[in-house]
Amino acid sequence: MFEFIHVLQSQDFMQNALTVGLLASVACGVMGTYVVVRRIVFISGGISHTVLGGMGAAYYYGFNPIHGAFVVAIIAALLIGFVSLRYHQHEDTLIGALWAVGMAVGILFIYKTPGYNVDLMSYLFGNILMVGRESVKFVACLDLLIISIVLLLYKRFLAVCFDEEYTRLQGIGVMSTYLLLLCLIAITVVMLIQVVGIILVIALLTLPAATARYFAPSLGSMMILASILGAVFTTSGLIVSYEQNLPSGATIIVIAGMAYIVATVLRGLVSRFRSYDKK
Amino acid sequence: MTTNKAVVEIRNVDFAYNDVLVLKDITLTIEEGNFLGIVGPNGSGKTTLLKLMLGLIHPLRGSIRVLGQAPELARHSIGYVPQHAEIDSGFPISVMDVVLIGRLGKAPLFGGYRKIDREMAEEALKEVEIYEFRSHHFGTLSGGQKQRVLMARALVGKPEMLLLDEPTASIDGRVEQDIYELLKRLNAKVTIVLVSHDLGFISTYVNRVACVNRSLVCNPTEHVTADVIEACYSGPVHMIKHKCEL
Ligand SMILES: Nc1ncnc2c1ncn2[C@@H]1O[C@H](COP(=O)(O)OP(=O)(O)OP(=O)(O)O)[C@@H](O)[C@H]1O
Ligand SMILES: [Mg+2]
Repeated sequence: MFEFIHVLQSQDFMQNALTVGLLASVACGVMGTYVVVRRIVFISGGISHTVLGGMGAAYYYGFNPIHGAFVVAIIAALLIGFVSLRYHQHEDTLIGALWAVGMAVGILFIYKTPGYNVDLMSYLFGNILMVGRESVKFVACLDLLIISIVLLLYKRFLAVCFDEEYTRLQGIGVMSTYLLLLCLIAITVVMLIQVVGIILVIALLTLPAATARYFAPSLGSMMILASILGAVFTTSGLIVSYEQNLPSGATIIVIAGMAYIVATVLRGLVSRFRSYDKK
Repeated sequence: MTTNKAVVEIRNVDFAYNDVLVLKDITLTIEEGNFLGIVGPNGSGKTTLLKLMLGLIHPLRGSIRVLGQAPELARHSIGYVPQHAEIDSGFPISVMDVVLIGRLGKAPLFGGYRKIDREMAEEALKEVEIYEFRSHHFGTLSGGQKQRVLMARALVGKPEMLLLDEPTASIDGRVEQDIYELLKRLNAKVTIVLVSHDLGFISTYVNRVACVNRSLVCNPTEHVTADVIEACYSGPVHMIKHKCEL
């Protein structure tokens, strides 16, 4: 612990890692709440895995992989959102196909890129310790964007997630609102890829929100609680992984997963205890 | 009450779900101030008919005008209580916030709801006698309480027409009576279309009855005898077609 604080004070990379973790937790708590309550974990998984195609292509053509990820994430969000609203019955098959093809394309591009690439592992599993100052700024801007849009459209997003049909009857463009929501999720995914990598992104997006759901009475309070939990998970994961010399992404997710399991068990015990009390 | 202004005009409408014809050659005019009851056996197309009026689905053939416009454009003047709202009871939302969704189309685009929206929501909650539950979690209410909240949501937009799809199916007798009285009161200003299997209610409150069974037969209430209803529910519809008064 002392060693971690010492490194944090003296080393840039650790400061960057901690800042990105905290900033990403905010977006993760806010958008993860939508993912959990609207039950679009699979859709979000589709978006995040398709992103590898974009990263691979950007890598092959010599662009920054994160920019490739960004473009493809938005395209995937629009495509998947359209499919899920229009062809609801075949939604899971179509998303599954996009998910697999996106990843396969990414792998082909990475394979064809000359030279050995160490980066593949860090795209897949993330490496928060490699995050640079520029990424910190990028993540801060995305946070600002997400929070301002959610503040402006809070009641509309709530209505679309809660009851799509009735929202449509209110004369609200359900398709455009839903697509915007998915784009914000896509942006969050790109942000989180830098923290935990493509494979673990869905866990970080959903676990804090799913844990918060047990305790929060409203969407707003769930977002705040999920953000706080996200910050606790990333920070403690960072500390443990540094002290024990473990991969950071996986450590963060294991901590988040354990917290979720503990919360689930506690919740079950509490409600059992209550019903026992009443008898 | 009989101002004769047509609120809904349905002309020769056919509707099919994936090639299965559900409604055939429906013609129906609902006038301002009408209180129309819709009856018919399960799967006869009652809910489908309401959805057509809301523009949620579109006819295969024929035309539908609501308040002189295409249904999509008239939606905001209609309150709707769905039969089975696709609502997740685990969703973290309060009763008040559910009712406020009924103000979404009229509230400002950005930011929160206005004070007036909240006041109207409170008023609607009082009207259906569920006000004391306003800050409860929606998912923890009983089926009947939920239905009352959805009723408040339909009323809060001050609609010109109310479409109710079996709104009292799981509401207890006392409140059911109150809701019928409320509807009767509202009917002074609002046109009401109500799907119900409660024939006792239909004959007491409603001034016209439409029997739906793939096709539609409409009668003023006083002409609706047991025979007519029975024919709608079990007998071949063409036998009573000559009674249609449209
Ligand atoms: N989404 C759908 N897709 C395909 N068929 C449907 C769909 N919804 C309804 N149907 C079919 O259309 C017919 C009419 O359904 P509808 O829901 O309008 O009946 P209803 O009169 O409201 O019945 P109930 O009294 O049970 O509410 C039924 O035969 C049903 O099987
Ligand atoms: Mg029905």
